[in-house]
Amino acid sequence: MDEIERNKRYNSYVEAKIAKTHAWPSLFNAFWVGGLICTLGQVFNDLILYIFPNVSTQSAWAYTLIILIFLASFLTGIGVFDKIGAFAGAGTIVPITGFSNSITSPAIEFKNEGIIFGMCAKMFIIAGPVIVSGTVASMIVGLIYLIF
Amino acid sequence: MKKEEKQTIFFNNKPYIIGYYSIVGPKEGKGTLGEYFSEVSDDDFFGQKTYEKAERTMLEKALKGAVDNAGVSYDDIKLFLSGDLLNQIISSSYAARTINIPYVGVFGACSTMAESLALGSCLVDGGHFETVACATSSHFSTAERQFRFPLELGNQRPPTAQWTVTGSGADIISSKGKGPRIISATFGKVVDFGISDVNNMGAAMAPAACDTLLTLFKDTKTKPEDYDLILSGDLGKLGSEILIDLMEYHGVKLGLNYKDCGQIIFKRNQNVLMGGSGCGCSATVLNSIIMKKLISGEYKKVIFMATGALLSTLSCQQGDTVPGIAHAIVIEGDNNE
Repeated sequence: MDEIERNKRYNSYVEAKIAKTHAWPSLFNAFWVGGLICTLGQVFNDLILYIFPNVSTQSAWAYTLIILIFLASFLTGIGVFDKIGAFAGAGTIVPITGFSNSITSPAIEFKNEGIIFGMCAKMFIIAGPVIVSGTVASMIVGLIYLIF
Repeated sequence: MKKEEKQTIFFNNKPYIIGYYSIVGPKEGKGTLGEYFSEVSDDDFFGQKTYEKAERTMLEKALKGAVDNAGVSYDDIKLFLSGDLLNQIISSSYAARTINIPYVGVFGACSTMAESLALGSCLVDGGHFETVACATSSHFSTAERQFRFPLELGNQRPPTAQWTVTGSGADIISSKGKGPRIISATFGKVVDFGISDVNNMGAAMAPAACDTLLTLFKDTKTKPEDYDLILSGDLGKLGSEILIDLMEYHGVKLGLNYKDCGQIIFKRNQNVLMGGSGCGCSATVLNSIIMKKLISGEYKKVIFMATGALLSTLSCQQGDTVPGIAHAIVIEGDNNE
């Protein structure tokens, strides 16, 4: 048996051997935690508009985002967010909280290597690709909008 | 004359393991083997500022403990063989900086304990050194940082992932003294069956473990039943099941005397998925319960085979598959004469 054939057979054997994860419990947790975060966001948004009637809707959105980013970042700092994330998966990653966590966690992790080459340089190792693909996607959308 | 059979070296003078020591972090201390470790720290920083410094402190403590356990002094140790998982094996080299002993750094990923013991035994048996020290360490937080994601990142671990053991083990091998004896060493080949999932180390290392184990049985003309214990390093739950399947495929049946360090070190409820991994996993299991049972005479003959995945973050990012390796030594209990 040649090597490629052997490796192929071994890989499919291993694939079959791995215990399958159950999608439904993961999905359930992701949805309710994600939903809760979004509801929380809406609550903040409504509260801001209620307390400060002069604030425009646009600014209220921005303030809401800032609050959520701060909360996620704070929970990361005190070592709680990773536990919520491990439980809820995409539920915490998809809202802006995941983005906040992805910046804060490497910043904490690499501060021992110095401010510049440690913290500042490594801060975007997780979020970097997200920013790049976001920018590229918006460029493509912008081009399509321009043409049609 | 020394008999050499392919990959296995038989030691005429059967070097003694005269001293051993294991030190682990808090999570390992709460595991199944908590009471057997020589030292359990309740602080995974080990009083240091960074995890890297913590790991080397742990290694220094393990070496000191083993030296004390052997009842010798640093002056009696003629060579220090050590390795770890961090880039440029800094834990070992920096630990060696604090002692005034010639040092040889070795790297075999998680197989380092067996590798250093095998090399150490060769050097002692050959009469080149009277007493050598062999050690290794791994730390969950340094390994996680180097190979995976930041600690505080809220991600989920895939079900095949393992948990790097925070721990260090050290042994003092000597041609004179008392203790369990190393009777043979089997050096393994690098085996790659094309697993590219870096979160499935067990599956990547199992073929190498199978290769080394088959060679060991062939070279020593023994069967699994001849041993009280066949101990693999850190294949984990999936990896050891694969090893059993592979061995059976080659006509060798591993029975109840086969155990995996990664599987026994943690309790089921400790959320470690497939089990423990890392250099410290096999090193601390060997230098706790196994050594105690070898000394008490409960175990007469044990195969200690540590497995390693020889990858780097670079190689896996470039799409390379994960090569595995396994080195094995056979240890005879104390009261076997």
